[in-house]
Amino acid sequence: MIALRLALGIGLLFIVSLIIFGATELLPGDLAQQILGQGATPETLAALREQLGLNDPAPVRYWNWLSGALTGDFGVSLSNGRPISELIGARLGNTVFLALYAAALAVPISLILGILAALWRNSIFDRAANAGALTAISFPEFFVAYILVLWLAQTGLFPSMVRINPTTTFGDRIYMTFLPALTLTLVVTAHMMRMTRAAIINLMASPYIEMARLKGLSPLRIVLRHALPNALAPIINVIALNLAYLITGVVVVEVVFVYPGLGQLMVDAVSNRDIAVVQAVALIFAGAYVALNLIADVLSTITNPRLMHRR
Amino acid sequence: MSRDVLLKIEGLRIEGRSGDTWTEIVKGVDLTLHKGEVLGLIGESGAGKSTVGLAAMGFARDGCRITGGTIDFDGIDLRKASEKVKRDLKGARIAYVAQSAAASFNPAHRLIDQYCEAPVVHDVMSRDEAERDAIDLYRRMQLPDPDGIGFRYPHQVSGGQLQRAMTAMAMSCRPDLIIFDEPTTALDVTTQIEVLAAIRDIVRQFDTAAIYITHDLAVVAQAADRIKVLLRGEEVEEAETRRMLDAPREDYTKSLWAVRSFARPEQPAPSGQPILSVKDVTAAYGTVNVLEDVSFDIHAGRTVAVVGESGSGKSTTARVITGLLPPKRGEVLFEGSPLPPALKGRTREQLRQVQMIYQMADTALNPKLKLRELIGRPAQMYLGLQGRALTERVRDLLHLIELDPDTYIDRLPGELSGGQKQRIGIARALAAEPKLIICDEVTSALDQIVQEGILKLLDRLQREFGLAYMFITHDLATVRAIADDVVVMQRGRVIEQGPKAEMFAPPHEPYTELLLSSVPEMDPDWLTRLLAAREAGQTPATA
Amino acid sequence: MGFATSVLLGLAGLFALAWVLRAGARSILTGQSRSIANDIPLTAAFGLLVIAIYAAVAIAAPALAPFPEREIVGGQFQAWSAEHLLGTDRIGRDMLSRLIYGARNTVGIAFATTALAFVVGSILGLWAALTGGWLDQVLSRFVDALMSIPALIFSLLLLTIFGTSVLTLILVIAAVDATRVFRLARAVAQGIVVMDYIEAAKLRGEGAWFLIRREILPNAMAPLVAEFGLRFCFVFLTISSLSFLGLGIKPPTADWGSMVRDNATLITFGDVTPLLPAGCIALLTVAVNFVVDWQLHRASGLKES
Repeated sequence: MIALRLALGIGLLFIVSLIIFGATELLPGDLAQQILGQGATPETLAALREQLGLNDPAPVRYWNWLSGALTGDFGVSLSNGRPISELIGARLGNTVFLALYAAALAVPISLILGILAALWRNSIFDRAANAGALTAISFPEFFVAYILVLWLAQTGLFPSMVRINPTTTFGDRIYMTFLPALTLTLVVTAHMMRMTRAAIINLMASPYIEMARLKGLSPLRIVLRHALPNALAPIINVIALNLAYLITGVVVVEVVFVYPGLGQLMVDAVSNRDIAVVQAVALIFAGAYVALNLIADVLSTITNPRLMHRR
Repeated sequence: MSRDVLLKIEGLRIEGRSGDTWTEIVKGVDLTLHKGEVLGLIGESGAGKSTVGLAAMGFARDGCRITGGTIDFDGIDLRKASEKVKRDLKGARIAYVAQSAAASFNPAHRLIDQYCEAPVVHDVMSRDEAERDAIDLYRRMQLPDPDGIGFRYPHQVSGGQLQRAMTAMAMSCRPDLIIFDEPTTALDVTTQIEVLAAIRDIVRQFDTAAIYITHDLAVVAQAADRIKVLLRGEEVEEAETRRMLDAPREDYTKSLWAVRSFARPEQPAPSGQPILSVKDVTAAYGTVNVLEDVSFDIHAGRTVAVVGESGSGKSTTARVITGLLPPKRGEVLFEGSPLPPALKGRTREQLRQVQMIYQMADTALNPKLKLRELIGRPAQMYLGLQGRALTERVRDLLHLIELDPDTYIDRLPGELSGGQKQRIGIARALAAEPKLIICDEVTSALDQIVQEGILKLLDRLQREFGLAYMFITHDLATVRAIADDVVVMQRGRVIEQGPKAEMFAPPHEPYTELLLSSVPEMDPDWLTRLLAAREAGQTPATA
Repeated sequence: MGFATSVLLGLAGLFALAWVLRAGARSILTGQSRSIANDIPLTAAFGLLVIAIYAAVAIAAPALAPFPEREIVGGQFQAWSAEHLLGTDRIGRDMLSRLIYGARNTVGIAFATTALAFVVGSILGLWAALTGGWLDQVLSRFVDALMSIPALIFSLLLLTIFGTSVLTLILVIAAVDATRVFRLARAVAQGIVVMDYIEAAKLRGEGAWFLIRREILPNAMAPLVAEFGLRFCFVFLTISSLSFLGLGIKPPTADWGSMVRDNATLITFGDVTPLLPAGCIALLTVAVNFVVDWQLHRASGLKES
């Protein structure tokens, strides 16, 4: 069962890599033309094609690209000629740090808020939380970010730009990255809270919860023993979906706070039309996204007795 | 019955919310239950019987509230009692058995864990004692493999077994009162017997009082000492079971009894070529054969009832006839010439001749179309009617099904009652002017009195237009009422077929016998007699 | 915080106006539209009012704007004044005028993109659900694969390849978004296709076009309309984000996302002007979400009764 899911996930990753690679085949002209521009002589074009291996058939180039990527070698940047793995290096760590930071704040907050809103359905708390979440969802990330800058950075509490380097201590990192992490948290919490609430409400309406109440069990026992085991799968999916959402949010937030991460790198590469870098970063983001969904899938399979204990 | 009073409800009023308005759904019901007594609570949908049953536990579902009356359980006022006091009663002294055991068992825990929960929480037994007790009760409930079945998850156990396991669970604290809420309604007739017998025995063994809620009078007659009839939240009458069956006082109660008295007069023997012949049809979903060598004929002006339990292949047969499922082998002949196997290959004229009426009128009528279009479309499509002629035809059809055209022609299905919707389904089939109508469980979702109206209407239309019906049903009472010929199916095969008179007289095939003998009769001693007969080996006890 | 106070006052004023209009509608209207007016919550009335104002501003932009969209009419970064109510931008264009034209450009482009995504996605989705079989399988698996790449990342990849003109922007975002619409439309239609009335229509011999038009679409409308609102919000935010990143709508075209980017430096000096376009984006998205929430609630509420 789980092996099948894993196999499917790996298959999906493979297809995703195919799509990302295949997209470049849609380029008008080819990569060499792209790099050298319209004024290039046929000789230089031919030489560059040779150098980049563009004369090989597409499957060969795909294989070279993918096998390179798997060993951490993404080729060289088209705009400055540096190895892409070098460009990615520290930035990957920074982005992962930011995402984890935001997740560590967002997951507990939104689960607690979502469960409370579901249990106190239609109360003032529920309505306020809902209206707040709806508003937060409606704000563009950069709007949230600048409001925080105006509010918290203007007063000098936190820095509005993140200047970190490999020698920055962990404590300083936490401090300096607070605003970007808070921005992401606000945006993601809203989504996650609404989904958690919906999942719990859906669950509390099931006949077996009524049965538990009719057995005379205490509300706490009903929630912990009867609702929670069944809520795990939907909650896991909600978390995975929103962590995946962080991947998108991180791009904008990194630009606002001039945070040296992958999102910043990707935006610059898109502006320069540096397809090699864009491909590499897209592969990393998409891979993380697929992996998160895969983990969620496996975890919710494990927590579902219908799937674990066949007839 | 001079035993102590266990439960006394007086003037109970309950309101239900729809949107922002509250309407009264239980309007002043009184109820008295003695220790060890079984009270049958019967009524049609919307009678408020489940709501009353839950109120006996001091419980109201979300969207319901108890607004008046007293509920006294063994000296405890359940309306004034604190949540804590009520929690100590629920599960321990008053237990509940739900209609759908499959949905009411928590899918995340094994049966025995759910069994042990109430006794342990209420400090009646230790976990070890509860487990031993569970196995003992599973045995008494005649569950297969009583030692092991508790260690399975709910989805690994069949519906009838789950219902028995739930009854055992309700019994775990040896309560004074159990509320049974339609415990056998979702089950096939042959399974229903087993569950019903098990419930009756266990309640007698432990001398437990019970409220048995159902819409089926014959079922409740087997288990109840007294019967109370509810209609739209009010009591119609209450009496001791035998008195209630022999001499119902109120008109409404009599009408409930009368439903089963409708019978279609005997028809002359069929002659000539059949309208439709199913010849040696074998059909499959994927590689699994769901029909094997099915053959039968349908003659003009006659009703063929196809009978069987769920999974017998009766609806699949209809899908083969209509062309939705092309058969693997065999063919379907219409007036002697073969119909193309797939829907796509059939001409409009062939499609017109065979029409269909569905079980759930709710899903069979597009909720966004007015009756004018719902009924008019087949007439427009097959007969080319337009404009005023079409409107006239729709009005005629509405007259035929006894609905006033001026009032109804521009209504949406959502504005009609269940019985009216089913009538629209009939009108839509008639609009095509077919020779054969397939009726797929058309009365199963309806209350008994409404059922009778539909059956009478179908009978009248059949005589008026010489229609042939293929009537798919699991309900033998309906078969008795309307069939001319009967086809009995089990696991995709035809077990037995013939004219109704022959089919209802012995000798029978063993499965037919089982099916026939499993239909509850309006006789309090029926179940006892049947079980004794099965014990003695006079009738088959399993399929 | 005089500015924050005036923003709050403005919002309160809008709510009050929405309340007055709703009361007016309740007293004037009759029949079914009356019952809608009775049933509408204040938030949704507010949302409808805001949407109406945006639409009016977008249509009447040239008449409302005091200065042309692209002309330099003053010095750089001028403060708020009687002549330039909201000051001027980085190269001296009038902020208020650009804000007004932004309603036309940003909202218009987002609306066109959503509409395109919707037409393509929902037609394919309904068709796949109705036809079933291999066509459904191929389309669905293809969409699944595309959806396993996050939307913004995939959009960025496509924009790198095709360049960042307004037309490619619309096409790329619409293509990415159509996959989401496809999935929803298919799911909705699958719920409808299993209904007996569809089987009845098939048995009657109806063609695919009739089934989609008369049997499926009327029943799929409510969720699809709500989804249109949600997708619009999503597209609108995505396009704004891309413009903010400098990859979407570009100056001199007035656009709210790129206006924030252009003038962001002011924020570090405590000036709120660059936040106004972002606020315009947020207000419209909130408004649409309020209306959608009401519609979804209505749809589910009707189901319960």
